[in-house]
Amino acid sequence: MTRLIAASVFAATLGLAAASAEDGHDTPHPPREKWSFSGIFGRFDEAQLQRGFQVYKEVCSSCHSMNFVRFRNLAEEGGPSFSTGQVKALAAEYKVKEQNDVGEDVDRPARPGDAVPPPFPNEKAAAAANGGKAPPDFSVLSKARTYSRGFPWFLIDALPFVGYTEHGVDYIHAILTGYEDPPDGKETPAGTYYNIYYPGHLIAMPKPLSDGQVTYAKGANGEPVVPETVNQYGKDIAAFLAWTAEPHMMARKALGFRVILFLLILSGLLYYVKKKVWAKAGGEVHGLQPELHKTY
Amino acid sequence: MSAHASTYVPKSRLAKWFESRLPIVGLVHSSFVSYPVPRNLNYFWTFGAILMAMLISQIVTGIWLAMHYEPTAAGAFNSVEHIMRDVNYGWLLRYMHANGASMFFVAVYIHMFRALYYGSYKAPREILYILGVIIYLLMMATAFLGYTLPWGQMSFWGATVITSILGAIPVVGDTIQSLLWGGYSVGSPTLNRFFSLHYLLPFMILGVVVLHVWALHVTGQNNPTGIPIKSDKDTVPFTPYATIKDVFASMVFFAFFAYWIFYQPNYLGHADNYIPANPAVTPAHIVPEWYFLPFYAILRAVPDKLGGVVLMFSAVLILALAPWLDTSRIRSANYRPIYRQFLWLFVSVCVALGYLGAMPPEGGYVIAARLCTAYYFAHFLLVMPLVGLFETPKPMPGSILDSVTGPGKQFSGSGMPVGAAAAPSSKG
Amino acid sequence: MANTAANPDSTHGEPDGTRRDFMFLATGAGLAVGGVAVAWPFVASMAPDAETIAAGAPLEVDLTPIQEGQIVNVFWRGKLIFVRSRSEKEIKEAQDVKLSELIDPQADSARVKDGHAKWLIVYGNCTHLGCVPLGHQGQYEGWSCPCHGSLYDTSGRVRRGPAPANLPVPPYAFETDTKIRIGEEAGKAAA
Repeated sequence: MTRLIAASVFAATLGLAAASAEDGHDTPHPPREKWSFSGIFGRFDEAQLQRGFQVYKEVCSSCHSMNFVRFRNLAEEGGPSFSTGQVKALAAEYKVKEQNDVGEDVDRPARPGDAVPPPFPNEKAAAAANGGKAPPDFSVLSKARTYSRGFPWFLIDALPFVGYTEHGVDYIHAILTGYEDPPDGKETPAGTYYNIYYPGHLIAMPKPLSDGQVTYAKGANGEPVVPETVNQYGKDIAAFLAWTAEPHMMARKALGFRVILFLLILSGLLYYVKKKVWAKAGGEVHGLQPELHKTY
Repeated sequence: MSAHASTYVPKSRLAKWFESRLPIVGLVHSSFVSYPVPRNLNYFWTFGAILMAMLISQIVTGIWLAMHYEPTAAGAFNSVEHIMRDVNYGWLLRYMHANGASMFFVAVYIHMFRALYYGSYKAPREILYILGVIIYLLMMATAFLGYTLPWGQMSFWGATVITSILGAIPVVGDTIQSLLWGGYSVGSPTLNRFFSLHYLLPFMILGVVVLHVWALHVTGQNNPTGIPIKSDKDTVPFTPYATIKDVFASMVFFAFFAYWIFYQPNYLGHADNYIPANPAVTPAHIVPEWYFLPFYAILRAVPDKLGGVVLMFSAVLILALAPWLDTSRIRSANYRPIYRQFLWLFVSVCVALGYLGAMPPEGGYVIAARLCTAYYFAHFLLVMPLVGLFETPKPMPGSILDSVTGPGKQFSGSGMPVGAAAAPSSKG
Repeated sequence: MANTAANPDSTHGEPDGTRRDFMFLATGAGLAVGGVAVAWPFVASMAPDAETIAAGAPLEVDLTPIQEGQIVNVFWRGKLIFVRSRSEKEIKEAQDVKLSELIDPQADSARVKDGHAKWLIVYGNCTHLGCVPLGHQGQYEGWSCPCHGSLYDTSGRVRRGPAPANLPVPPYAFETDTKIRIGEEAGKAAA
């Protein structure tokens, strides 16, 4: 009876919900990609993060800032793991402003401790140069974007082993690969472009990537390691943005495994101790229903 | 057993000297060592200890985060990212604190369910229960204030929406609103005072928790049968029995907590809060944290601004009236066959309201939210008074011990220590 | 009422007593280890963070504008450093002192770089309690601390207490004759 009541409330709620959920989202869900860093044992692929940084540097960085990322981060553990020498040289390619001893602003080469310099001096300049809206900062973008998978998937996504946390990463990859000609009869207003994965489809960013645009380092045999396609570029930059948003992800997952294992073992020990202690009181009573209580 | 004198006997001369001047060891001893607990408590009764642990966890992680946080509109988002990236284990402290808030509410909702199911709100525990409702209110305020601190989009717009709710209060609404804002809109002064209050409220919670435990100490614990303690045989001493059970349950809960911290740290938050606050753009779906969703659904179920606000606050405050709305003399729903069905219906309605609170306020969602809101209030105003009058309770065991051993059977376990069993009864 | 807790250890001699004792001990040890482990991130988070460490990059100081006898203040890692251009007389005074007369014996040559005796570079906080001593003052014409009267000579060595030690020399190196780099000994970065 109890279950019947609960079930009928849920059925009614979901029925009504489903009936009203027709609000015509013709935006398809981003396709779910395989990421090396997903799941409990997920790890970033250093080579992929390095390629992702290359795509950022050669393509995205002309419009998108990455204000929270320091050059030194690129050499830190759990990231793209460039060498300290590479990072020093890389930073020195950029100029940052500094005040000298007599109070004038002067340029100096960036150091590993400096933030990656933004393409525009401030947000207003960025907006003015991009049709009135500043391109979003990349630092935490993959955590700032998501899409709804609806009931019951949003519950399943929270579970261990079958869980899913890469909504934002998949979304970024989908946007980069989602540029299409608008369907017949659909006009795109000036300054907007048609993208099937963008909510409302009209995105202000022109198609940023094309096949062969970025030349990756070749493998030992002179062959490309990965295809130089929009799809691959999209995956690499999305993976790179997963790292910029969560630079300590690998440390987090590794520590989490040890902590949870420790807590479960300790719980097991405590359960044993508790049973032994309660044996002195004639054992413990379980269950909600008094008639189910065991007797001694 | 009300306010029984401490049984602590200091052994050393120093302990005697101290105890005769400040009997705090005796107080702790009588509250957490010799304190008699019903022997039939199930795991629902471990959530008091779990909540205590979560409150301490929140206070400690919060104090440590405040060492690195900057409460200004220009600096808040940056300082949070600084904590996440540069502070040693900063990511751990922040994820513990953010997910800890959610876990606190998970535990408090289980605790509240326990109180409603087993009738823990009934005489003589009304004050104990109302103090609990006050703690819950303070928790809601603290959680709301805390969520504004990262100064992301949800922080900003959450602060805007909730302070606008207070603007609905007739006559003084606008004044209250501008006093909260410290300006003409939500801004840096608002954030700074919200930080100050967010730091203050947990210590107020701690204070009310002390009263809550004190009241518990006076009335003693309820138990799954709802029958009062009748003899020493009904109880076991808090230590080691309840202590070890509480520690075990807390450890299992921490493992659950750790899963969220380490593997789903952002699941219970909102992606939009990783976008810095922007007063020119409202997020597409603005919803509160999951633990506020049922009340948010009630707010939106009413088409009138003031009406919605009144109903939403009533939904929390009506909890405090439960001791007087429930007319049944039986505490535990285990022996109330009709009321138990309604209670499960009430729980289902709360979960459904939570789901509806997350959905856009349109079409069928609004109708469902109105039906659920109607039942929410009917449960308190109609079901509680009426069912108690007409229901025939199931037969009850004669005592707590009977419920454990079965009626009529002699208890043969070596439960109470011999000395204690022989001691004169001091039950109240 | 329940006065005395049942003693969980009161059943020694049962067949599983030893195993049970071990399990009790293991549980206690687990709780203790867990408690200490929890404290670690909190303590670690109070240490200098990555941004602070990265901001301690070496600092270059151009010596050309500094006049003889002048003391220039610079900051490295948030700490005050005196860059002092010494006169011939001051150098000679510093070199001629008998080490046995010193509170913290150290030769002047060990406190400056070879061939650059003109330049004294020392941390600018009194080794007593951290006040900033005033230059060219006191009996030894090095520094005099206004807080508790410690006196330093022209090599930054303490000559009268209560300060217990000389002003320390930070890691630095001459890049050219007129430029130093504080924070790096020749070729290696400071820890």
